[in-house]
Amino acid sequence: MVMDAMTTTTYAAAARARGLHKVYGEGETRVLALDDVSVEFPRGEFAAIMGPSGSGKSTLMHCMAGLDSVTSGSATIGDVELVGMKDKQLTRLRRDRIGFIFQAFNLMPTLTAMENITLPGDIAGRKPDRDWLARVVDAVGLADRLKHRPGQLSGGQQQRVACARALAGKPEIIFADEPTGNLDSHAGAEVLALLGSCVRDFGQSVVMVTHDPVAAAHADRVVFLADGRIVDELRTPTADSVLDRMRRLDRVG
Amino acid sequence: MFRTALRNVLAHRGRLLMTTLAVLLGTGFMTGTMIFSDSIHQAANNSRSKDFTGISVQVADDTAGLPSSARQNSTKSSARLTEATVRRIAALPGVAGTRAEVSGTAAIADKNGNMIGDIMRSTGANFVPDAAGNDARYPMLQGRGPHTATEVALDRGTVEKAGYRLGDTVRIAANGPAISVTLTGVFSSDAPAVRSGNPLALLDTQGARRVLSLAPDQYSSIDVTAAPGTSETALLHAVTPLVPGGNQFRVETGAQLAAQQAERLAQSGRSLATMLTTAAGISLFIGIFLIANTFTMLVAQRTRQLALLRAIGAGRSQVTRSVLIEALLVGLSGSAAGLLLGIGIGAALAAGVKSLDADLPRAGVVITPTTVLITLLVGTLVTVLSAALPALRACRIPPVAALSSGEQPATHRSLFLRNVLGSLTTAGGLGLVVLGSTERGATARLPLMAGALLAVLGIVQLLPLLSRPVIALARPPLARLCGTPGSLAALNAIRNPRRTASTAAALTIGLTLVTAMTVIGASVSDAIDRAVTQEMTADYVVTTLTGTLDPSIATSVAHAPGVVASSPVTDVEWSIAGERTEAKGLDADSADQLVRPNMSQGAATALKRGQILVDSSFASRHGLAVGSTVTVAAPHGTGIRLTVGGVFAPSRMLAPVLLPGGVVAAHQPYAPAQQILVKGANGATPAFKQALKDATGRSPVVEVENKQNLRDGFDRTITFALNLLYALLVMSLLVAALGVVNTLAMAVFERRRELGLLRAIGLDRGGVKRMVRLESVLISVFGAAIGMAFGVFLAWAAGTTMTVTLPELRTVLPYPKLLLMLLAAVLVGLAAAQWPARRAARLDVLDSITAD
Repeated sequence: MVMDAMTTTTYAAAARARGLHKVYGEGETRVLALDDVSVEFPRGEFAAIMGPSGSGKSTLMHCMAGLDSVTSGSATIGDVELVGMKDKQLTRLRRDRIGFIFQAFNLMPTLTAMENITLPGDIAGRKPDRDWLARVVDAVGLADRLKHRPGQLSGGQQQRVACARALAGKPEIIFADEPTGNLDSHAGAEVLALLGSCVRDFGQSVVMVTHDPVAAAHADRVVFLADGRIVDELRTPTADSVLDRMRRLDRVG
Repeated sequence: MFRTALRNVLAHRGRLLMTTLAVLLGTGFMTGTMIFSDSIHQAANNSRSKDFTGISVQVADDTAGLPSSARQNSTKSSARLTEATVRRIAALPGVAGTRAEVSGTAAIADKNGNMIGDIMRSTGANFVPDAAGNDARYPMLQGRGPHTATEVALDRGTVEKAGYRLGDTVRIAANGPAISVTLTGVFSSDAPAVRSGNPLALLDTQGARRVLSLAPDQYSSIDVTAAPGTSETALLHAVTPLVPGGNQFRVETGAQLAAQQAERLAQSGRSLATMLTTAAGISLFIGIFLIANTFTMLVAQRTRQLALLRAIGAGRSQVTRSVLIEALLVGLSGSAAGLLLGIGIGAALAAGVKSLDADLPRAGVVITPTTVLITLLVGTLVTVLSAALPALRACRIPPVAALSSGEQPATHRSLFLRNVLGSLTTAGGLGLVVLGSTERGATARLPLMAGALLAVLGIVQLLPLLSRPVIALARPPLARLCGTPGSLAALNAIRNPRRTASTAAALTIGLTLVTAMTVIGASVSDAIDRAVTQEMTADYVVTTLTGTLDPSIATSVAHAPGVVASSPVTDVEWSIAGERTEAKGLDADSADQLVRPNMSQGAATALKRGQILVDSSFASRHGLAVGSTVTVAAPHGTGIRLTVGGVFAPSRMLAPVLLPGGVVAAHQPYAPAQQILVKGANGATPAFKQALKDATGRSPVVEVENKQNLRDGFDRTITFALNLLYALLVMSLLVAALGVVNTLAMAVFERRRELGLLRAIGLDRGGVKRMVRLESVLISVFGAAIGMAFGVFLAWAAGTTMTVTLPELRTVLPYPKLLLMLLAAVLVGLAAAQWPARRAARLDVLDSITAD
């Protein structure tokens, strides 16, 4: 209730991090995964987070999405501060205000595609919005596959079901963690196009973690991470310009 | 390789714990049941045993002391074993000694006039003192042996139970009136019957004759001891000609007696032994199931590890050997521990059953070599087999495939063959059961039991097939009640039908047996209840524990104060309408006040007109109706023509034919009466009961029971059998619970990625816990429900075969008890899910999602 009141009265960024630190381990095994990261993802933007492996890009996403705890700093979804939330509140926040698309194993194998799409709403005990659901299903182009189980769908189709699930709850923001990592280039392109249309056609905010310059090129903005710090940013990227920046990062690293 | 195996065992403590626990509980359960069964059996045997050591030849008069009516039936001559017989035998060459016994069934009263112990095992005998006044068989602990006919010595156990002291007056009775004697001594005895708690009263020889209704010079048996060098057989041949009465008496060697006793014990203990063996068999089955299941589940976890071993160059045989050695270690240590646990369980069970029924014979804990051998063998063998087979299967998977694939290669082996086999077995079993149910009495037992066993095996095989529709049926209500976790739990429960089935099987098997017995018990109780309450209007039934009532008792009961109506019930077996049948004679004038047969034609008062009553099944067999005439042949008269005055519904309390008492007296004057029915002016009151007891001379063998006492008497036997079974049920629930823990722990491990996903997209910890718990409850209740359904069916089938002896029987479902069993299954599910559910809820979301 409180959260609803806040989102309707303010027009903050969809997600924001301020001075985020994340430390793993202690003593000699201590690893600084995020080192004073501040970043903002405005509403209606398709953003990509890029960086070499071990740069902390997944950690950043996990911390901002309430999947991982932070050592210090602040992370907000809309106007809601995640840091300091109890597990139950975080769970509810993820359920009600965040959409997720993971690299693999996005769907419950026992549920049909349609049941997977409505799962977060079912968990919350919400009545599904039929019209909206029909639009989402139409957008992902799986109207004839709704009764299928994940095992009967191709990898690309499974990721499109995951996109539909993320969209179905009209979340504040969708986090996608390497959504095309397990797909061939054709299926990958379809999923990326779908994510793009989420932003353009439905006004969604999407943050995508990827290491693929081609995927990143679909975004409106690319944020570059290296050694747990934000090192660069690129607007209206192309695959070439992203690749170029990455090469430079590698050289620096 | 041995070191690798040992390291393997030690390195995976969780797995070690799980498997060892499975072997431990599986074998422990089995061993406990076997030890319990052996101990109970031994106790039952002890209490019925006589010691024949030192007896070379025995001459026995089995009819000594029986009432004249019974004696007339069984013997023609009136020869007796007397002092003269003893002297003649003692004078034979090769006889070292003789002991002339007077012994028989006799009841000993406690201070309140109630009998101590069980009449069938309560004995009175003569004390045979030597020159010093001692009897070597019965060493005195206190006081001295009986010197006169009014003195008695009792065994220590009986004295302790009754709280008697030396000098107290003790009442003892057999068939005749009770006598009062003075307690002069307390003795101990090595006789197995006495040691297991059965009462023994020693009187002097005249006193024993008086109690047991023997003639003043009569003995009931003579034990002969052979001199060294004389064989038992030679002595038998020498003794036989000296025994009077032709072949009226038994003359047997000690060896023959012992053999006969063993045979008799085996016979009498057969039904108990069958039940206990069945229980042990079931526990063996459940134990094997549990062990096999645990290993099958855990091998999934180690497939990857085995593949790694193979990838770095271990040969297939090396890997297999390491698995086998590991299994051998776990199996041996687990079953050794299980043996110890089983001894504890067996002792606890025996003690528990004993505490439920104090009159049960005492016995120690019996551990036979067979038990030890079976435990170790089954424990180890089953462990090795169930570890080796899945491991071999795992070895066949190419190492690279096992290593690289994130997902476990799911075994989608077809259930087709299993379903076909299961259907055939079930159909065959059910067919046999139905076939058996059309039979009546003992002939039905074999097809019924074989069918039940076959059908259980078939149903267990069919459980995977059944699990899908049954659990799918539960999904909508669960989803409505418990939301998404409920719906997911139902889906999860049928994901691996094989696993669900083998987890549920323990409950299915256990509950089939227990439900069947519970329903049969309830049905029998109900039938007896109805018979007692509806068909008997008498307030008290007077019976004697020795069987036949002396006619004088009927007379004194009839004249007791407050008696409105009374009638001895005489039992005869006459040929009526050409059929040899049981019939009961009732006093024609008072019968209608004492019994109320459920009349379909005519009236019970027809007895007053000298007419007879027949039950409907007898009537239909012979085409009889009110007014029909039947021809009757009795011991004293043939061609007697009697008229049918009424037809009634078959009843356990009555016989197929009821005769007026006068008719019985006219044609069989010595017909024995086993009961006297009595109605009082003020109904059943304690004062009236006392008046009746007084009228019978307050003999401990005469029982005066009201309807409630009668019902309790019947119920007691049923309750005892059920209590045995409930003890077993608790065990099988325990084992089932462990199986459920296994299955769920495995499921949580395998599904950690989707658990992580569920947590990520918004299922809270409580929801995850609920989901795991519901799955557990679903599996348990599924297993229990199938078992209960089949159990009810078996009870119905068995019930229909019992209508010969209990015509009122109809299948009655004891809903509270059945509900309680279902509730127990729910609790097992909840308890078993406790740990896996917590583990599932504590899974780290990120670790789980990224796990491979």
